[in-house]
Amino acid sequence: MAEITMTEALNKAIDEAMAEDEGVFCLGEDVGAKQGGGVFKVTAGLTEKYGEHRIRATPISETAIVGAAVGAAIAGQRPIAEIMLMNFVAVCMDQIVNHAAKLRFMSGGQTPCPLVIRTTTGVGVGFGGQHSDMLEAWFAHVAGLHVVTPSNAADARGLMRASIDANDPVIFIENILCYGLTSEDPGPGYRVPLGKAAVAKEGSDISLITYGRTVLDALEVAGELGKEGVSVEVIDLRTIAPYDEETVLASVNKTGRALTLHEAVRPFGTGAEIAANIQEKCWDNLKGPVRRIGGTFSAVPFASHLEQAWIPTKEEIVGQIKASVGKD
Amino acid sequence: MAEIDRDKLLDIYTRTMKVNRTDEKFRELLMQGKVAVMYYCVRGQELVSAAAMAALEPKDYVVCTYRGQGEQTAKGIPIEKWWGECLGKATGTCKGKGGTMHITDPETGIMVTTGVVGSGIPIANGLAMASQNNGDGRVTLVSFGDGAANIGSFHEAMNMAQLYKLPVVFLCQNNRYGEHTAYADHTDSPNVAVRAAGYGMKGVTVDGNDVNQIYPAVKEAVDRARAGEGPTLVEAMCYRMMGHFFGSDFSYMPKEHLEEMQREDPLPKLRKVMLEHQFTEEELDRIVEEIDAEIEAAVQHALDAPLPDTDEIYKDVFEEVN
Ligand SMILES: Cc1ncc(C[n+]2csc(CCOP(=O)(O)OP(=O)(O)O)c2C)c(N)n1
Repeated sequence: MAEITMTEALNKAIDEAMAEDEGVFCLGEDVGAKQGGGVFKVTAGLTEKYGEHRIRATPISETAIVGAAVGAAIAGQRPIAEIMLMNFVAVCMDQIVNHAAKLRFMSGGQTPCPLVIRTTTGVGVGFGGQHSDMLEAWFAHVAGLHVVTPSNAADARGLMRASIDANDPVIFIENILCYGLTSEDPGPGYRVPLGKAAVAKEGSDISLITYGRTVLDALEVAGELGKEGVSVEVIDLRTIAPYDEETVLASVNKTGRALTLHEAVRPFGTGAEIAANIQEKCWDNLKGPVRRIGGTFSAVPFASHLEQAWIPTKEEIVGQIKASVGKD
Repeated sequence: MAEIDRDKLLDIYTRTMKVNRTDEKFRELLMQGKVAVMYYCVRGQELVSAAAMAALEPKDYVVCTYRGQGEQTAKGIPIEKWWGECLGKATGTCKGKGGTMHITDPETGIMVTTGVVGSGIPIANGLAMASQNNGDGRVTLVSFGDGAANIGSFHEAMNMAQLYKLPVVFLCQNNRYGEHTAYADHTDSPNVAVRAAGYGMKGVTVDGNDVNQIYPAVKEAVDRARAGEGPTLVEAMCYRMMGHFFGSDFSYMPKEHLEEMQREDPLPKLRKVMLEHQFTEEELDRIVEEIDAEIEAAVQHALDAPLPDTDEIYKDVFEEVN
């Protein structure tokens, strides 16, 4: 089978969903053909196929974009709204948190809000403080939102299809550094169910729970440590909220040790919630404290060596694992 | 403007009185201490919402605010369900999980009632966008206050609606106050509708206390929207005759102005128009009596209704999938 990049994978998933269901449409800044098919080209070629009504290039109006997606969703359509960069969700949090997430509940189930908000971010591209944050914890903290992020192209295709199918709002986070990753194309109709984690690598000494780009680091570290006789199990959550508690707890009950890892800053991050939950539910099987790794608690710096120092390093992951298994 | 025909006048009168009697009843219950919930009075604004709802078709969508009693009852939410929701009962439109500030009843077309000022305006665009996409011929009307005209979402939504020629009507009920702040203390444009021009949109300001102005203005906006000619900003000048919410202080509202505005009270004015159109006092009174009886029964039903199951807090967070 042919290889595809994550960009192509997302494009194919959206294309396929649009072909199958007339209610699926995209809106966002620069997404149209006239504007070049999206800043990261995810919607390239779709205007030519589906027209400007279904690939709506919008003004720079994040609140109006997400608000329109909410309105269209409660009217029975399946909008895919693009927020160019994740930091800009700060501009439209009202629509996401007060409306998209809550309309199903507050209406007693009458107005479900099936929309996807695609957004992109990532540390390591030199964008500086206002264009690099991973803000998944903001959304994970609000009942009613699915928060999804793929770590590879095949999952991107499957998770995007599942997100469009979902009858609830989904925040879909694409890491800029992952767009070029390639996988074997899983082909049309491929879906990765929301809320199901992947055991990216099996292991027996410690569970390393992560998602998004840091899955790559986790796998690399696991490979290296394997050679030293430390067997690391890598869990790729794929859906950050609500996450696959069953897979996580089963893994930790098996290995007896856990480390959470994410690019978002460590304090109040999703890793803290997962760690606390493991502590409560796997206490009897734990051989030591659950550890956490996250980004530095500062804005993401610009200078490349500072930015690299900000991100959790492979050395830090190795160090924490070794400390956990008593090999430091 | 064309004369409003007798049937339509009767329709508007009935809806107006339904709004007014519901408002009176709510305040009575609050005053008697029979219920204790947030309620945003609509005294003085009854005609605006009634006339606007009378200009819509049943299938049309409405987005309103916490002060949406007028739109909700005038659009036709079954009043037992409406009272049930306001009293937090299982029989309410939203099983008691929405409440006075978050009433939803898609069957009636009441799609969103929001407590966040101005946030319904972009959502209305989305409802209209869906109609434009699937050609269902629906118009969406969104109601909001003069205060909301200063929030970013208003401006973003105006621009987007005009850009896409969405079938939407923006109805600004200029009741001269945003909580405690008078219009002149929050806005220096002479009125809200002038802002439409900044977006290339049609904007009109009308006397919301005069049925012969408010109904034709909304009707024309609805017709334009349905014909694919795009949105209109209709500003209805009216007056909030009570405090911001029931029981709140309104010492900041100058007495003289209140008295002046009471002379503009839409209800006696509407009654006068009705009499001019050969409706009799008896006929008009009978309509009110019927409405009162209906409300009385609905309130009793809601008071007697069961509370929602505690389990409801776990439901409707996500789609239930088994
Ligand atoms: C975004 C936001 N800011 C502040 C409030 C608090 N608040 C509730 S109602 C209101 C006044 C709104 O005035 P207006 O839009 O004129 O509507 P009216 O109450 O007169 O119908 C304010 C400030 C809110 N609900 N939402």
